[in-house]
Amino acid sequence: MTTKLEALRSEPPSLAQEGVAFEGVGRHYSSRRGDTAALEDLDLRIGNDEVVSVVGPSGCGKSTLLELAAGLQEPDSGAVRVAGSGAPAGRLERTAYMPQRDGLLPWRSALDNAALALECGGVGRAQARRRARPLFARLGLERFERALPGELSGGMRQRVAFARTLLAGREVLLLDEPFASLDSITRAGLQEWLAAILAEEPRTVLLVTHDVEEALYLGDRVVVLSARPGRVVAEIAVELRRPRPRRDVVTDPAFSALRQRALEALAW
Amino acid sequence: MVRRFGPSLALLLAALGAWQGVASLAAVDDLTLASPLEAAGALRADWTLLMENAWITLVETLLGLAIAVVGGALAAVAMHLVRPLRDAAYPLLVASQAIPLVVLAPLFVLAFDYGIGPKLAIVALICFFPITVNLLDGLRSVEPELIKLMRSLGASRLMTLRKVELPASLPSLFSGLRVAASVSVIGAVFGEWAGAEAGLGRLVLLGNNQLQTPRVYAGVVLLTVMALALFAAVSLAERAAVPWKRHGGAT
Repeated sequence: MTTKLEALRSEPPSLAQEGVAFEGVGRHYSSRRGDTAALEDLDLRIGNDEVVSVVGPSGCGKSTLLELAAGLQEPDSGAVRVAGSGAPAGRLERTAYMPQRDGLLPWRSALDNAALALECGGVGRAQARRRARPLFARLGLERFERALPGELSGGMRQRVAFARTLLAGREVLLLDEPFASLDSITRAGLQEWLAAILAEEPRTVLLVTHDVEEALYLGDRVVVLSARPGRVVAEIAVELRRPRPRRDVVTDPAFSALRQRALEALAW
Repeated sequence: MVRRFGPSLALLLAALGAWQGVASLAAVDDLTLASPLEAAGALRADWTLLMENAWITLVETLLGLAIAVVGGALAAVAMHLVRPLRDAAYPLLVASQAIPLVVLAPLFVLAFDYGIGPKLAIVALICFFPITVNLLDGLRSVEPELIKLMRSLGASRLMTLRKVELPASLPSLFSGLRVAASVSVIGAVFGEWAGAEAGLGRLVLLGNNQLQTPRVYAGVVLLTVMALALFAAVSLAERAAVPWKRHGGAT
C-alpha cells in the first residue's frame, strides 16, 4: 500500500532534507490607499514529513504564506526556501498547492481532474488516467471516477482535489483551508480521512486553516499568526499519539488544554 | 415547448390576424400593404426562385460568420496572451463600432467587385466584434485561483490556455456567437443591397422597386427564419459543447 504513493514522489528524499523555511519574510501589497503589510519578519521552519498547521485571524496573511512557499509570490524581504531552493522555479517544482476552493474543472470528470496534475507534467491523457486510477481507488474514490464535479458533494470534491494534489508528486503539500467550505460533519470526516492518509504516507504539509480544532487535530505543530501584519505569536507542539481517532482526541483533556492555549494566543 | 413558446405563438397569430384585417380593408391597396395570405401566396408561387436566392444568402452568411469566428477567436487569444496588444487594440476595437458598417458596403463593392467578397467582408465585420469581445472577456474572467493552480502544477502558459482558459470561456464565446448569428443575416442583406447579382437581399430590393410587395414580404419571412435557425443552431451547439452548464442561455 505504501509503495503506491511513495512512487509518486519525483525527488529522492535526500533532496528534501530542509523541508520549508521562512527566514525573516516580509510581504506587503501596495494599493491606492497605501501599503498594507501582509507578513512581517516571519520565521517559520517545517521539517521533513512534518505537518504544520497555521491558524490566525482572517486577513493575517495565511494565504500569502502559502503562495510564498508555492513560488507563486516573492517575498519583499527575507527568504523562502523549499528543500533548500529559494528560487521561485525551485519552489514551484517542489510543492503542490491545493487552492481554497477545490479548483476542479467542471468539464472534466473526477478522474481527469486528478489526472490533470500528471498532464501538466507532460504525461498524455490516457497515460495520466491510468496512473491516477490506483490512487483513486486507494482514496476511496473509484466509484466516482466518471462523475463531473457538479455531480459530487462538497466533501467528495475536496477528496478529488486532494488526489490531484498528491498526484503532482511533490515533496511538500500546501493546503489552503481545504475543508473550510464544508459542513462540520463532513469536515470532521475529511479530517480523519486526511489524518489517516498522512499517517500512512507521511508528507511535509503546510496547512492553513481558521479552525483551531482542525489545526490541532491534523498538525504535529500549530503556528499561531497575529493579525495583519502576520507574524508568529505562538508555536504549539501537538504531542498526541497517531493515528488519532477524532472522537477520542477532541474529548481528550490534553487536547482541550492545547485548544485553550491556541485560542489564548489568537486573542493576544 | 408549448408552455415556453405558446404565449409568443398566440401573440404572433393575433398580430398576423390584425395585419390581415387591416390589409383587407378597402382603403388599403395591395401595393401599400400586402396581407399575410398574399405573402404566403408569393412564398408558394415563387418558392423555387426564393430558395435559389436564399441559398446564396445563406452561404454568404455562413462563410462570413466562419471568417468572423476564426478571426475573432485568433484576435481574442492574441490579445489575451499579449497584454500590450490588448491595451493597444481593445479601445480601437470598441471605437470601430462607431463606424456605420452599412455605408461601408458600397466601398467594399468598389474594392472587391460584385462577387461574394464584399458580402463576406460585411458579415465578418459585423460578427467579429461580439465574438472577439465576448471571448476576450471570458478568457479574462477565469478564476485567478485556477491560473495559480495550473502554475503550481507546472503547466506552461499555452497548456493553461488550452486546458483551462479556453474551455472555461466557451460559454462566453457562445454568447458572442448568438449575437453574431442574429446580426449576420442583416450583414449579408446589406452586402447584397450594395450590389449583387443574386441573393434574398437583392430579391427583396428588386421586389420593392418592381412593386411586388407580396414577394418582398415572403423574402423578409425567409430572412427571419434564417436568422432564427442560425440562432437555434448556435444554442444547440452550445448545449453539445458546454454540457456542464445546463442553461447557458442566460449568461
